[in-house]
Amino acid sequence: MKIAVCAKVVPDSSVARLDPATLRLDRADELRVNPPDLHAVAAAVRLRDEAGAGEVVLLTLGPAASADALRHPLALGADRALLVTGGGAAGSDLLATTRVLALALGREQPDLVLFGQQAADSNGAVLWAAVADRLRLPLASRVVSVTVAPQGVAVSCSSERGLELCELPLPCVLSVSTAISEPPVPTFRELKRAGARPLERISAAELGLEPDELGEAGSGTRVLSLGAPPTRGERRDVVDDGQAAAAIFDLLVARSLI
Amino acid sequence: MRVLVYVEDRDGEPTADSLAAVAKAAQLTGNAAAVLCGDRVTALGPRVCAAGAAHVYVADDPTLAAPLPQPRVDVLAALVRQHELDTVLFATSSLTTDVAGALANRLQAGLNWDLVDLELRGGELAGRRLALQDSVLVEVGWQGSPRLALLRPAAFGPDPPGPAGVAGEPAVEAYPAVIEPWSAQVRLVERRAEEAGASSIGDAELVVAGGRGLGGAHGFELLEELADALGAAVGASLPAVEIGWYPRRALVGQSGTSVAPRLYLACGISGAIQHKLGMQNAGTIVAINTDPRAPIFDFADLAVVGDVYEIVPDLTALVRARRQGSADTKGDAR
Repeated sequence: MKIAVCAKVVPDSSVARLDPATLRLDRADELRVNPPDLHAVAAAVRLRDEAGAGEVVLLTLGPAASADALRHPLALGADRALLVTGGGAAGSDLLATTRVLALALGREQPDLVLFGQQAADSNGAVLWAAVADRLRLPLASRVVSVTVAPQGVAVSCSSERGLELCELPLPCVLSVSTAISEPPVPTFRELKRAGARPLERISAAELGLEPDELGEAGSGTRVLSLGAPPTRGERRDVVDDGQAAAAIFDLLVARSLI
Repeated sequence: MRVLVYVEDRDGEPTADSLAAVAKAAQLTGNAAAVLCGDRVTALGPRVCAAGAAHVYVADDPTLAAPLPQPRVDVLAALVRQHELDTVLFATSSLTTDVAGALANRLQAGLNWDLVDLELRGGELAGRRLALQDSVLVEVGWQGSPRLALLRPAAFGPDPPGPAGVAGEPAVEAYPAVIEPWSAQVRLVERRAEEAGASSIGDAELVVAGGRGLGGAHGFELLEELADALGAAVGASLPAVEIGWYPRRALVGQSGTSVAPRLYLACGISGAIQHKLGMQNAGTIVAINTDPRAPIFDFADLAVVGDVYEIVPDLTALVRARRQGSADTKGDAR
């Protein structure tokens, strides 16, 4: 079974931010693979091994510097990586990103396409549905378990309605929850070996994209301005006198959390 | 402006969040349309009109019985093209996230997601979105048309938005469900409602977590009740897990899962560095602890010195009352 995992490379927010007191260096420019995508890679490796044959291919749209970050998923057992570097891909929104991924997937022709499920406030959360629509492939999201079935795959999806068990023919697109698998922490030796796995770089233009299909020109949305959120303020202290629950409740309402 | 609101139905009712989106659309234009897609959903039409829709299209078809996104995309795409609608609104849910994403590609339409506000400014539609765990407010717009938007449900309710400016009699109109064969390849085999909420803490938007300060496993029962009311996941600190009060899969921190939810409500957690590393990126941090010197207060937005056993049940009751009130208000919207 040939499985493609669409992996996003993001700034590593777990490394220290700029500390205004010490002026210590902000290292947020270090890149890593988005953590949910590592769960998808681990699931893909398991499915490949259960099938007994096939390969796991990583697909990434990102800057050339993403290559180092791809070592981690390669060390988890992915066979190779395809890094689509953008000339002009910066600022791509859902539409532009979907075009790139659909072309790369069309080139690879995998049996199964996996995405790592992200929270609803991330633009990633609408990506797999758009890619599935562009490729005209069946889709299941929020997948918490997947097994290969005679006619394709059988999946369980977690939603507000409960757990939905669905069957999809291959090829298909799945976004998988972090609950689907626990990615092991690669050893130093595995990371070193991963450096030898094939990593192909291709430009969006080489995939066949026109300049106006990419970046801001190829996007349907735009950012008008950035600002501070209105409700974020200093820390508030409350000593419970019977009203603490109401104070918490008011904050949740004020910040649109409930 | 020609606005269409997708109204999701669940358990034989239009969702309260969808009706709030209809009410929002009715604020933007007196001519807002809505669409229902499902099996035996025609009866819900008047409810949607009552929420402010001037026109309700109903695709009532057995092929739409399963809550799957792709057949709905076919219906919406046809409707938008046929009636030259320029704006489509969705209240964010698991289903609508997939429908909106796919529809964006189908119509080559810009999609802004997770909007907490939407307004017309000099004829231009502008949305507001909180990004990076709610630390930045982003104003977003669209290039071209149609324009698609997913609205963060909590931001548009439950207060009724005022009288809808519906001109003339609202109309409910049947709309054909013409489904492309490739859109109907997913088969829903079974649904298990009782396993709802089993999502892992890594995915959760809201997390309620407990630590050693709870004093025992029974404290987690209170947290589970609150989490149920909020739609949150339950997390635990390392001491609570090591003592055996809660399963290890719920562990938040350096040796467990790192989370960045919108809300992290820490109950009886001191906030050791190993725990802090796993949750400091949360959008809003509320901490309840009896010890006013607990380190967790140093990085909380709201620091509550008090007893979890007194505060959490009260909070659960307040959240439940709001949810109930919200459903009632929207159910009776007019």
